[in-house]
Amino acid sequence: MTRHYSALSLFKEGLAGQKGWQQAWRSPQPKPRYDILIIGGGGHGLATAYYLAKVHNIRNVAVIEKGWLGGGNTGRNTTVVRSNYFFPESTALYEMALKLYEGLGRDLNYNIMLSQRGIITLAHSEAEMEMAARTVNAMQINGTDAELFGIEDVRRVLPLLDMSPDARYPVFGGVWQGRAGTARHDAVAWGYARAADRLGVDIIQSCEVEEFLIEGGRCRGVKTSRGEIRAERVGMVIAGHSSHLAAKAGFRLPITSYALQACVSEPIKPALDTVVLSPATGTYASQSDKGELVVGGGLDRVPSYGQRGNLPMLETVISGLLEMFPSFRQLRLMRQWAGIVDVTPDSSPILGESPLPGLFLNCGWGTGGFKAIPAGGTLLANLLATGKHHDVSRPFDLDRFARGRLIDEAAGSGIAH
Amino acid sequence: MQLFPCPFCGPRSETEFHFGGDAGNHRPEGFRDVTDGEWTAYLHERNNLRGAANEIWMHMTCGEVFRMERDTVHHGIARSFALTEGDGDDRLAH
Ligand SMILES: Cc1cc2nc3c(=O)[nH]c(=O)nc-3n(C[C@H](O)[C@H](O)[C@H](O)COP(=O)(O)OP(=O)(O)OC[C@H]3O[C@@H](n4cnc5c(N)ncnc54)[C@H](O)[C@@H]3O)c2cc1C
Ligand SMILES: [Zn+2]
Repeated sequence: MTRHYSALSLFKEGLAGQKGWQQAWRSPQPKPRYDILIIGGGGHGLATAYYLAKVHNIRNVAVIEKGWLGGGNTGRNTTVVRSNYFFPESTALYEMALKLYEGLGRDLNYNIMLSQRGIITLAHSEAEMEMAARTVNAMQINGTDAELFGIEDVRRVLPLLDMSPDARYPVFGGVWQGRAGTARHDAVAWGYARAADRLGVDIIQSCEVEEFLIEGGRCRGVKTSRGEIRAERVGMVIAGHSSHLAAKAGFRLPITSYALQACVSEPIKPALDTVVLSPATGTYASQSDKGELVVGGGLDRVPSYGQRGNLPMLETVISGLLEMFPSFRQLRLMRQWAGIVDVTPDSSPILGESPLPGLFLNCGWGTGGFKAIPAGGTLLANLLATGKHHDVSRPFDLDRFARGRLIDEAAGSGIAH
Repeated sequence: MQLFPCPFCGPRSETEFHFGGDAGNHRPEGFRDVTDGEWTAYLHERNNLRGAANEIWMHMTCGEVFRMERDTVHHGIARSFALTEGDGDDRLAH
């Protein structure tokens, strides 16, 4: 039975007709009681379970997922990882994640296909160029890698970009982060799931959390479609659906749910070997290892739980892309989809204990939480294990909305939230 | 693309409308008596309902603000009202 992935095991299984591979994770029956329960089997939930077991040695843990692993936003995103944020609090958070991503394949013994091909955030006017310089300064001061690109640098990394004098979106330069790139999103979820399972975590799919068990003013567990499960502490990591369960726990969150769309073209030969983001057109794109262009943009403007998206935003995104890259006009779109993302007033996540004692939150990642999965997992695991904040998660507590200390990344991160 | 019913102009493209938050989220009155919690609730906390919702929208082309009952899952629209119309109950869902 082969459970470890290596060149040798691949070779051996090749000779044995690939028949010896074992299931990557078990499908256990839920137990009536766990030390810690995680609601939501996306990247953040699975990472939380893994770090609870690995770092804190708490192994009597279950992850409850209403659908299938990574079937939420983790399996729907455009796979971009980066840490080019503006505020020190944000850089600390996303840089923690990027550093963990850099060692994650080895840590999990699972190829997450991290490809640090760099990201260029384009500036389309003198004024945007000044903001780009300000962003680069902030990033360097906060201790992450950043470079201010001029026109020639942009031409070098984006040879197909329309930089002619009459281009609809003239280019003045941009912000470059060379350590940014992409990672295979499903592999991140599956890698964490496999590694957590090996440490004894129960991963329970097709099990929906419906209510909370509240006794003595504390959260004592959950009521699921497969019965009651009790736990000392509960982590809620359900991205766009947090408000729905929060209402059942008796509180409201500073969150609005929106559909965020993406699409892919037919596969073509290598044509774009970096991630390109244009805040002015509201478009970003990269080329997948299969050769498809993976294209995304801003949120739909209508709050929604309809996981399909609407046409106006798709039109904006595609027309922005085609104005910048006229040669992509010939391509056919293969697929379009949407995920429900949870947007906070300051476009920063929420990490901390909820108003219901014993229930902890990891949510509010909005359009950008894939890149943060290793950090979100580390920090929620720390909260669940110790009941206390890590220095990096403290500023992201829910109390910032009452204290007025918002971390307003809507403009800082260079993306239309 | 979806059509939204402006009570003044009739059905128009969704792109002409701007979301204005939960209906019934009134500014707390009482100056110094308003607690941090009340301000936080007013400024930041949202109902964000999955299913039937009761919302404020602005039709940007005519500039009017109105109330709309809408389903956030299948996007069906039950009704839209001028703020002076309807049953007068703004269904505070706090
Ligand atoms: C189109 C698109 C593009 C994106 N692009 C990027 C990108 O390029 N880079 C980036 O960093 N981020 C990106 N994001 C955002 C990123 O995908 C999310 O922030 C991230 O995946 C959130 O992870 P999660 O584990 O919190 O949530 P999810 O992966 O959504 O997991 C939550 C899980 O909870 C489950 N759940 C919900 N309710 C219940 C319940 N009651 N009981 C049990 N289970 C429940 C869901 O089924 C789901 O599997 C994008 C998102 C979308 C939609
Ligand atoms: Zn009107």
